Amino acid sequence: MSLQEPAVADPVAPVAAIAPAVTGPTPKKKKRPRKESWVAHDGSVIPAAHLSWRTALRKDWRLYSFLVLPLLFLLVFRYVPILGNVVAFRRFRPGGSMFGDEWVGLYYVRMFINDQQFWHAFTNTVIIGVLTLLIVFPLPIILALMLNEVRSRRFKRSIQTISYLPHFMSVVIVAGVVFQLTAVNGTVNQIIEAAGGQAITFMQEPSWFRTIYLTSEVWQTVGWGTILYLAALTTIDEQLYEAARIDGANRWKQTWHITLPGIRPTMIVLLILNVGTFMAVGFEKILLLSNPLIYSTADVISTYLYRVGIVSNSISYATAIGLFEAIIGVTLILSANAISRKTVGASLW
Amino acid sequence: MTTDLAKPTGTTGTVVKDSAGYRTFRWVNAAVLILVAALVLYPFVNIVAQAFSSEGYINSGQVNLIPRGFNVTTFQVVFGDSMFWRNYRNTVQYTVIATAIAMALTTTYAYALSKHKLKGRKFFIGVAVATMFFNGGLIPNYILISELGFRNTLWAIVLPNAISVFNLLVMKSFFENFPSELEEAASIDGMSTYGVFFKVVLPLSKAVVATMLLFYAVSFWNGWFGAFLYLDDPKLYPVTVYLRNLMAGVTSGTSIQGGSTDNMTQIAANVQSVTMLLTVLPIICLYPFLQRYFVSGVMLGAVKQ
Repeated sequence: MSLQEPAVADPVAPVAAIAPAVTGPTPKKKKRPRKESWVAHDGSVIPAAHLSWRTALRKDWRLYSFLVLPLLFLLVFRYVPILGNVVAFRRFRPGGSMFGDEWVGLYYVRMFINDQQFWHAFTNTVIIGVLTLLIVFPLPIILALMLNEVRSRRFKRSIQTISYLPHFMSVVIVAGVVFQLTAVNGTVNQIIEAAGGQAITFMQEPSWFRTIYLTSEVWQTVGWGTILYLAALTTIDEQLYEAARIDGANRWKQTWHITLPGIRPTMIVLLILNVGTFMAVGFEKILLLSNPLIYSTADVISTYLYRVGIVSNSISYATAIGLFEAIIGVTLILSANAISRKTVGASLW
Repeated sequence: MTTDLAKPTGTTGTVVKDSAGYRTFRWVNAAVLILVAALVLYPFVNIVAQAFSSEGYINSGQVNLIPRGFNVTTFQVVFGDSMFWRNYRNTVQYTVIATAIAMALTTTYAYALSKHKLKGRKFFIGVAVATMFFNGGLIPNYILISELGFRNTLWAIVLPNAISVFNLLVMKSFFENFPSELEEAASIDGMSTYGVFFKVVLPLSKAVVATMLLFYAVSFWNGWFGAFLYLDDPKLYPVTVYLRNLMAGVTSGTSIQGGSTDNMTQIAANVQSVTMLLTVLPIICLYPFLQRYFVSGVMLGAVKQ
């Protein structure tokens, strides 16, 4: 199995076909014809695509019955909330319709455009998002390259196993870990005091929040983030390295000219996906970690929206903010995708 | 899965000697990796150390790697707290029910989508994939759950995240590669689609089913925000919300039932560590056995043959 160009012309690109040998018990794989055909009573062959819905439903009603509950789920829990965004342009009354009662046009949009606090949260979101891309995104690549240089499989596997662990922790646990380590009597302050410094009340200092957030993010994601890169590394052709060695390339040059280009498609796909979630920066974690004392650096759009909508109950206003955030997110992912397709020829779909 | 490409031995068998610089690099590399592993593990070690330490050492900032002034007072108090157990039971209950629902919806949908003869297949795939890029957002979801009357019920926790599109697509790919001869043979023997799916396909897909089961179970076990948002009754909280409220100071250690006044300072000092330890314990215990499934799951999702 290999991770070949995760970018293919298919809507499900990042999640492409798999080899049954990885987990499946199936020994051999036979490619099935893409489209199945039906033989009608008179012996003529009708391709599946040309079957009428009535015939298709009658023939495969059992298969279609599998679709009913999942489609109902998607409709109710995914598509209805998307439509629910219409309350951004309508007045919402508690107890009234979930889609609002009357049109108010861009009233709530104008409201957040003139809202100082919103722009404050917006700035914080962009700063944290950029720092995440610059710091949290490249580290798994470096760690994967380092792991790739390890020759003892047992040593490599142990390091990997340990580094994946934080990924499986609840965000509540991660927040708890942060509180415990940054407490006045916590490990970080023990070190500062041992070095002759003064204890810092980290969680009350706005200037420390970004550092703390990013550190916890690295702790939680760096190990797990290496998996896809390590898979991509195994697909690089051994002969390339050999040829490079014959040409006198040292390890560093081999890494630079063979290894890095080899994992570039993976890097680009993950970068696009990261850009897409840029605006939604660790909402749950920030909600757990922040407090009014550090809002000046910790308040991001999603936490501000939470306070406006859920705590202060300004439903329509919060929906308008959420919609704005979502539009930026979709725009970002589409433009990142377009840019990468134009410049390096890799895209999500 | 990860063959070592960095071997200086060529396929021809000629051994190329490492340069001195590269040998030094490998030692430094190994040392840095050990340091990384130590830093990743340290917070867990620190939680354990605090959980078993006495308040004097904790409050004066002397606990880091090993417990000091070993005691288990807080454990006794937390174990005696009926609310803790209730919330813990809730977590187990929510995890089991939510995982069952998620598996039922995901496997059936994935199986139907894996059939190329399914008319409208592209549309049904698109309907799911689109939700990866567009979602309703916090507030519309909140209104929906309230509107459905799910607040303060189990349904608010177990229903809204029943299909993870990532897991769905992984399963779909798996079923697409399922040998069609087996299914055809079964249907010639007179089995209906239901029979084929439940008696032939599922039993032969244990590996992928187990992987998905783990993905779902861990995410539901770790979830807290849905419960925090939709549940007002402390009796319904999962243990993650119990822990969150401890950290936020909504409930303090000393207000825990069974915390007598003599133990107050001790409990206040490490009740969070103790609760954290008890919350992560099941995952840590199972982790060594299960982690390869998790990894193979991610591989399944990303690897194209």
